[in-house]
Amino acid sequence: MFMIFGIPGPLLFGQLLLGLINGAFYAMLSLGLAVIFGMLNIINFAHGALFMMGAFVSWMLLEYLGIGYFPALILSPLIVGAFGFLLEKTVVSRLYKLDHIYGLLLTFGLALVVEGLFRNAYGSSGMPYRIPEAFQGATNLGFMFMPNYRGWVVVAAVVVCFATWAIIEKTSLGATLRAATENAPLVQAFGVNVPRLISVTYACGVALAAFAGVLAAPIYSVNPNMGSNFINTVFAVVVIGGMGSILGSIVTGFGLGIVEGLTKVFYPQASATVVFVVMVIVLLARPRGLFGKAA
Amino acid sequence: MLGFSRTQAIAFLLMVALVVLCPFVLYPVFLMKVLCFALFACAFNLLIGYVGLLSFGHAAFFGMGSYLSAWAVKQWGVSAEIAILLGGLMGGSLGLVLGWLAIRRQGLYFAMITLALAQMVYFFCLQAPFTGGEDGIQQVPRGRLFGIISLDKDMSIYWVVAFVFLAGFLLIHRIVHSPFGQVLKAIRENEPRATSLGYRTDDYKLIAFVLSTTLAGIAGGTKALVFGIATLTDVHYSMSGEVVLMTLLGGLGTIFGPVVGALVVTAMENYLAQFGAWVTVTQGVIFMLCVLFFRKGLVGTIGGWFKLAL
Repeated sequence: MFMIFGIPGPLLFGQLLLGLINGAFYAMLSLGLAVIFGMLNIINFAHGALFMMGAFVSWMLLEYLGIGYFPALILSPLIVGAFGFLLEKTVVSRLYKLDHIYGLLLTFGLALVVEGLFRNAYGSSGMPYRIPEAFQGATNLGFMFMPNYRGWVVVAAVVVCFATWAIIEKTSLGATLRAATENAPLVQAFGVNVPRLISVTYACGVALAAFAGVLAAPIYSVNPNMGSNFINTVFAVVVIGGMGSILGSIVTGFGLGIVEGLTKVFYPQASATVVFVVMVIVLLARPRGLFGKAA
Repeated sequence: MLGFSRTQAIAFLLMVALVVLCPFVLYPVFLMKVLCFALFACAFNLLIGYVGLLSFGHAAFFGMGSYLSAWAVKQWGVSAEIAILLGGLMGGSLGLVLGWLAIRRQGLYFAMITLALAQMVYFFCLQAPFTGGEDGIQQVPRGRLFGIISLDKDMSIYWVVAFVFLAGFLLIHRIVHSPFGQVLKAIRENEPRATSLGYRTDDYKLIAFVLSTTLAGIAGGTKALVFGIATLTDVHYSMSGEVVLMTLLGGLGTIFGPVVGALVVTAMENYLAQFGAWVTVTQGVIFMLCVLFFRKGLVGTIGGWFKLAL
């Protein structure tokens, strides 16, 4: 067995992979938060609850309708995204003229409702979700054994993150979106249906969270608290990265996952708090965040 | 009188009368819980209502205050008033450090930073040896007031809790109506303008933050003595959410709102406790209704009908 810095190689790479997976979820969730914040100027506190809902919908599709993992990977984000669309139309859209904190408070209440309902229906203990046939087993990479499903999660997350980035930065739809973020009345004057654009943006951000939820279902057990466990860390990630940049959210998300994984190897006691410690350091050194624009 | 208007003075006297008379009718332990949370909510309201800072991490100060008070009484055998003051000291010193970090950002970022910092405190409490981890600090004696008067009877400790609450309430009222409080309100209304008038707004915000967290620590310490237990529940972020709910429901920036909010939320939790997670659902629904339709809260809305500032 070879050693790196006095640590057995497989242990180091194993934790790095775990870190990378957590990082993949941080990246997808903080990306959704950034997209929603850019357009709606609210922090979507319900993001964690909707992530959990995505996992639950895929579990329900399998349990009640026998619909497997791959269709669920598309269906679940669609269903949760549609739910998000309705939410935006009926509730969230009433808050745009108010102080931004009301958006935070409303979505916090929403998160409580969603989590409470799922806890009532399914209890707090988790439900297992089988790893799909295609990704069972592990691959020998030479320096470590990688469970196939985990590799898939990282690949899928990277693809989805960069697809989102490409849509926002490289397509004309993304250009409209960015323009509306800068100056909504002006874009509206050009004949763009801005309220519709806002609803769709919210729905897409929510669908991204649900997609992450489906990916997470076979790794973590599907339980009503899985979102709130993640979301607090994701807020720290968002503070560290700053919400100004799409690419920034992705890089910060993956980066912090890796930092967390490495901490588990070298100083396990701090692994739960390391992201927050990084946040403190960033606040001291560069308060606007690594990729944030000056206020 | 103390910056109270006439209606406010009458309302205050009514509240004092209720605090004195209720324990003879209602269960004192329930009332003490309400008073502890009322003080906690009033302390939180000092920030959101008068400085416009939404702290989503106030459970950290409440919880750490309750841990230190519980530890002090149980391990050091200090008297009750010292334990409560130590709780306040804990809340205040933690508030000084975390507040100093958090006020570097404004608005929504401030809320997220306080939430994240409080989560760090939570993980710390989960692992630190002195908190007892998942078990918490249990079987904390209530201690003796000034080392002499036993507080084991519910009615004896009730008067201590009532005194702490009323003193904290008056202190907050005094702060809000002092020249210092006027500057805080100026910062809430327009921070760049307050800066341009020569006020160091960051200093004012930090002082207000520390005052608020000190009182939150006192509330937490008092609660630990009443119930004889300090647990992770008190530092968990859902506790931060609860205090936001109490203040929002009662009325942000009203004097009596947080007290009414604490009463309603605590009573609701007591009656709904048997229905499990429905408490969470109900709280969430109230949150949403308040934000959508009752942004002035109960007290603010009722005060609005009679054109009174309560």
